Amino acid sequence: MDLTLHVWRQKGPQDKGKLETYPAKGISSDMSFLEMLDEVNDGLIKSGQEPIAFDHDCREGICGMCSQVINGRPHGKQEGTTVCQLHMRQYNDGDEIFIEPWRAKAFPVQKDLIVDRTSLDVIMQAGGYVSCHTGGVDDANALLIPKPTADYAMDAAECIGCGACIAACPNSSAMLFTSAKVAQLAALPQGKPEARKRVLAMTQAILDEGFGNCTNHYECEAACPKGISVKFIAKLNREYLKTMMPTSTGA
Amino acid sequence: MNLFKSTVGRKILMAVTGLCLVGFISVHLIGNLSVFAGPDGINAYAEHLHALGPLVWVFRLIMLGLFAVHITFGVQLYLENRAATPDSYAVQKSLVTTFSAKTMVFTGLIILAFLLYHLLHFTVQITNPDISAHNLALDAANRLDVFTMVTKSFHNAFIVLVYIVAMVALTLHIFHGISSWVQTLGWSTGTSQDKVTAIGKLVAIAYGLAYIAIPLLLLARIVK
Amino acid sequence: MILDGKAPTGPVEQSWDNYRFDQKLVNPSNKRKYKILVVGSGLAGGAGAASLGELGYNVDCFCYQDSPRRAHSIGAQGGINAAKNYPSDGDSVYRLFYDTVKGGDFRSREADVWRLAQVSNNIIDQCVAQGVPFARDYAGYLDNRSFGGAQVSRTFYARGQTGQQLLLGAYSALSRQIKNKTVTMHPRTEMLDLVVVDGVAKGITVRNLMTGEIESHWGDAVILATGGYVNVFYLSTNAMGSSVTAIWKAAKKGAYMANPCYTQIHPTCIPVHGDAQSKLTLMSESLRNDGRIWVPKNAADCEKHPSEIPDDARDYYLERKYPSFGNLAPRDISSRSAKEACDADLGVGPGKRGVYLDFKDAIDRVSENTIAERYGNLFDMYEKITDENGYERPMRIYPAPHYNMGGLWVDYECQSNIPGLFVLGEANFSVHGANRLGASALMQGLADGYFVIPYTIAPYLASITPGAVKEDHSEFKKSVEDIEAQNNKLLSINGKKTVSELHKELGTMMWENVGMARSDASLKDALKRIPEIRDEFWNNVKVTGESKDLNQQLENAGRLADFLEFAEVMAEDALNREESCGGHFRTEHQTDDGEAMRDDENFSYVAAWEFKGVGVKPELHKEPLKFERVKLAVRSYK
Ligand SMILES: Cc1cc2nc3c(=O)[nH]c(=O)nc-3n(C[C@H](O)[C@H](O)[C@H](O)COP(=O)(O)OP(=O)(O)OC[C@H]3O[C@@H](n4cnc5c(N)ncnc54)[C@H](O)[C@@H]3O)c2cc1C
Ligand code: HEM
Ligand code: SF4
Ligand code: FES
Repeated sequence: MDLTLHVWRQKGPQDKGKLETYPAKGISSDMSFLEMLDEVNDGLIKSGQEPIAFDHDCREGICGMCSQVINGRPHGKQEGTTVCQLHMRQYNDGDEIFIEPWRAKAFPVQKDLIVDRTSLDVIMQAGGYVSCHTGGVDDANALLIPKPTADYAMDAAECIGCGACIAACPNSSAMLFTSAKVAQLAALPQGKPEARKRVLAMTQAILDEGFGNCTNHYECEAACPKGISVKFIAKLNREYLKTMMPTSTGA
Repeated sequence: MNLFKSTVGRKILMAVTGLCLVGFISVHLIGNLSVFAGPDGINAYAEHLHALGPLVWVFRLIMLGLFAVHITFGVQLYLENRAATPDSYAVQKSLVTTFSAKTMVFTGLIILAFLLYHLLHFTVQITNPDISAHNLALDAANRLDVFTMVTKSFHNAFIVLVYIVAMVALTLHIFHGISSWVQTLGWSTGTSQDKVTAIGKLVAIAYGLAYIAIPLLLLARIVK
Repeated sequence: MILDGKAPTGPVEQSWDNYRFDQKLVNPSNKRKYKILVVGSGLAGGAGAASLGELGYNVDCFCYQDSPRRAHSIGAQGGINAAKNYPSDGDSVYRLFYDTVKGGDFRSREADVWRLAQVSNNIIDQCVAQGVPFARDYAGYLDNRSFGGAQVSRTFYARGQTGQQLLLGAYSALSRQIKNKTVTMHPRTEMLDLVVVDGVAKGITVRNLMTGEIESHWGDAVILATGGYVNVFYLSTNAMGSSVTAIWKAAKKGAYMANPCYTQIHPTCIPVHGDAQSKLTLMSESLRNDGRIWVPKNAADCEKHPSEIPDDARDYYLERKYPSFGNLAPRDISSRSAKEACDADLGVGPGKRGVYLDFKDAIDRVSENTIAERYGNLFDMYEKITDENGYERPMRIYPAPHYNMGGLWVDYECQSNIPGLFVLGEANFSVHGANRLGASALMQGLADGYFVIPYTIAPYLASITPGAVKEDHSEFKKSVEDIEAQNNKLLSINGKKTVSELHKELGTMMWENVGMARSDASLKDALKRIPEIRDEFWNNVKVTGESKDLNQQLENAGRLADFLEFAEVMAEDALNREESCGGHFRTEHQTDDGEAMRDDENFSYVAAWEFKGVGVKPELHKEPLKFERVKLAVRSYK
């Protein structure tokens, strides 16, 4: 099939970018979306132009590196699918495809479709962990965890940290991403002792990093390639409310 | 305090005040609907309120506080959110969000503007002095004739239009707001999410229809 | 030269405990004076950096992705082994040790394997403490499954994303240390050289992938945990950025490359679908628990819809050849059998490189729902990629390069022959011998990172003066100049072929000649072809853009340049190893019915290769392997 691509090109963080148009000819429907871009890039290189820069690594939907907004949808139109797993059979001959980077103040564009997502790491550093030492911990079966709880934690833990939720959010809020970690650790007995501290620190980091505030649009959930549910945002809110209650020790 | 600064804290304040305001519009609606019971309904209601004396002022202060908190943070969050999204997409697409959710601050500000007008109109009564209750004769039971003030006002198509626009804005506002607070206060569980949203929308529409019915039915002289 | 692995003497059961007891310690208040560079943030690097940081060392950690959380460990699906014996089915440290040595076809160091089996239990405890949501049963206990043909259930898992969950656990520990400022993270930074001063590793040279700036970092010790190199085959299950670069650059500075020819080809991957394919996708091997593998008996049937081929016209070849293990035969055996079937022109699907993995019988037995519950996500993934429904029509699978058992040579302390250079995880050669068992790589990565390196680095550090060599040393300057010169060279060639085209050429040739079955002739052909492709690369590659900028083509070109040199050692090693063992199959060395024939007499050693110059035959050093606790035996899965 033959397609027309409109791709965001931007030389560097300081430059103003713009959409450029490229034809993509003879694309097979078995190709993945990124393989289609590889083809286009090989053509650009051969004609002496700079290829389109885009992030990708595992190409199997788990590392969270790939990040493109395709026709207005982060990761493209197939539900529950990262760009790297999107295949060209989703498109038809003659389609026009707009490809843009994640857009948010907290994700400055570095080049073309590549953005800087360090802000997500900073949110994690604020408290996305259990402060256990290496070694000197209890036997793994010492604390029993009911299966529904373990499953709930796993549902939250599936987040791949891609940032599509932020790209999709009209407020560029990082609540879905943050809540997934808060909810996972708050549900598990190992994470409970630090739950108060964690939710306060991580939500503070959201603002410090320049993300917006959640106003419950739920676009995040719709864009998330891993089906992370906004119920985890409710859980985060609950955890936050708990910080306002006195603890049993009165602290 | 963290509550006034944090992203979630401020949202919680919005939700709690928003919820109180929903409480207010519920009570207010019941009171207003008494206009359909004729002069005896609404005039008695108005007198009841006035009889509360200083409590009215306590109530007004509380309302002022609620509005102040709700509006301050509403506008603040909105400005922050704008700052967080400096660039827009060439192809802009939403999947699940609603017009109502995207326009909360605008419908809110319309409500605010309306509120000022509404207070000037029916409370301070300076917009239409000719038909204000203070200038009208007392009713048969020697009460302020709120009924006549209201019906006469709503025989004026312009005033009705203002009220309808405002009530549409209010409906849109709570169309998102009523289910939103359930999430903000951490009460949604995932499975209940869709139901809560649907109920919230229905309730909002019901409020909207009821509120709009008053001026509209009066204007159309269906209720006299 | 005969190499010494410095394995502790005495009974293997006590080797690790004795080692730790005898060890020199670094004074806690001195620890922060030592700067340790950790290259890699996967299970091995991430866990190592976090643990060393927590101990009080000054750690700098590097990865080429934009976040440490994206290292390719994230892609592991199946699970992680440990000798917990929670199901009480007869597992023990000894059994895990024994299975690993045997599974590796008796080509690994006993003491290293023992240590791995011993600390395996601590890993599970550690991960649970971090909040890793392993699968549990209804009573709340951890669940186990049997994996990769093991006869005990010792594999812990988190749905089909065990690697992801373990890595996110390590990443959380790392994040905590970054917050505490004991670890400085350098994402989007690629190591391009090892700096060796007077024979000792003293730092690295890196390229900032965002700005293209070449930077120097000094360190009192350098730890490489840079993962696998099977992208030498171009198509593999590794991430697109996985490369041999870090360890190859170290090899060029004198570190020995051990057993580079031991690569693992995974049997259950989705077959290649076209020329533009960039990457192969693995489907968890657990599929083989319920799927039956077959090809048509007659080549004429290959084009037919599988449902039109009656049962008696199908060859369930694994069940036929290995009646007791059947479809669960080990990876190497099952991969090679698929290749044989396709070589005999019995392959199915586009390009005829594929065999069927059929769930019909399992669905009839336990219902489609049960199968969907067990493998639903894999069926979905298969459908996304192939547009075929695996419930209705047998899946097509084909083996794909997946893992390397070879890597930089290290001693018991995970230290290479260059003092101060330590190597962890898939990047070293240590515990898996000639073949790795399923669910053991994750175990090794975390063992190395959490529980081995924090101990074994101490004696070295205690023996040196911290901060003795810094970035102003002339070796650092020279290294920066070399890299800049290479980058400028790459940008100036301005030829006709793109990096990916040349990589594909190398990969296809390596897959043909140094892939699942190797022969004297194929290896000699490879040794002839590699320099040709390398020459073409250096004369005809086209790399656009600038060096002082984000330039992904330049990154790829550098990686390919290293693969083009490394491939030669790999082929050389395969040619030298005149036996078949584990993942290394020499067609000359097989029994009459096609089984691998080991030669313990002549090849019971680790082959460690010393770089002697590009295009120059590397020098072989041997580390003889002794087996005291396990008896050498023929690996049989009949
Ligand atoms: C698809 C797949 C499924 C698997 N399933 C399983 C399984 O079920 N069970 C199991 O036990 N094993 C499995 N494995 C194997 C296992 O995942 C890996 O062997 C293991 O995770 C490797 O960990 P590592 O820490 O050594 O390397 P990686 O996780 O690969 O990390 C390498 C790190 O080094 C960095 N790096 C590399 N080169 C450079 C450089 N030049 N400069 C700077 N940084 C660099 C990278 O950025 C990365 O951070 C699987 C592997 C694959 C590919
Ligand atoms: C009677 C009048 C009002 C009622 C009943 C009301 C009700 C609500 C409710 C229930 C919410 C949802 C809170 C949540 O998301 O948890 C809300 C949100 C909001 N309100 Fe109001 N409100 C009123 C007036 C106003 C006014 C005057 C403004 C002026 C700016 C305003 C601005 C906002 C904004 C911006 C939000 C969005 C916050 C968010 O979605 O999180 N509201 N309102
Ligand atoms: S919540 Fe979903 S969209 Fe957001 S970072 Fe995680 S996986 Fe990506
Ligand atoms: S490239 Fe890893 S998720 Fe897409």
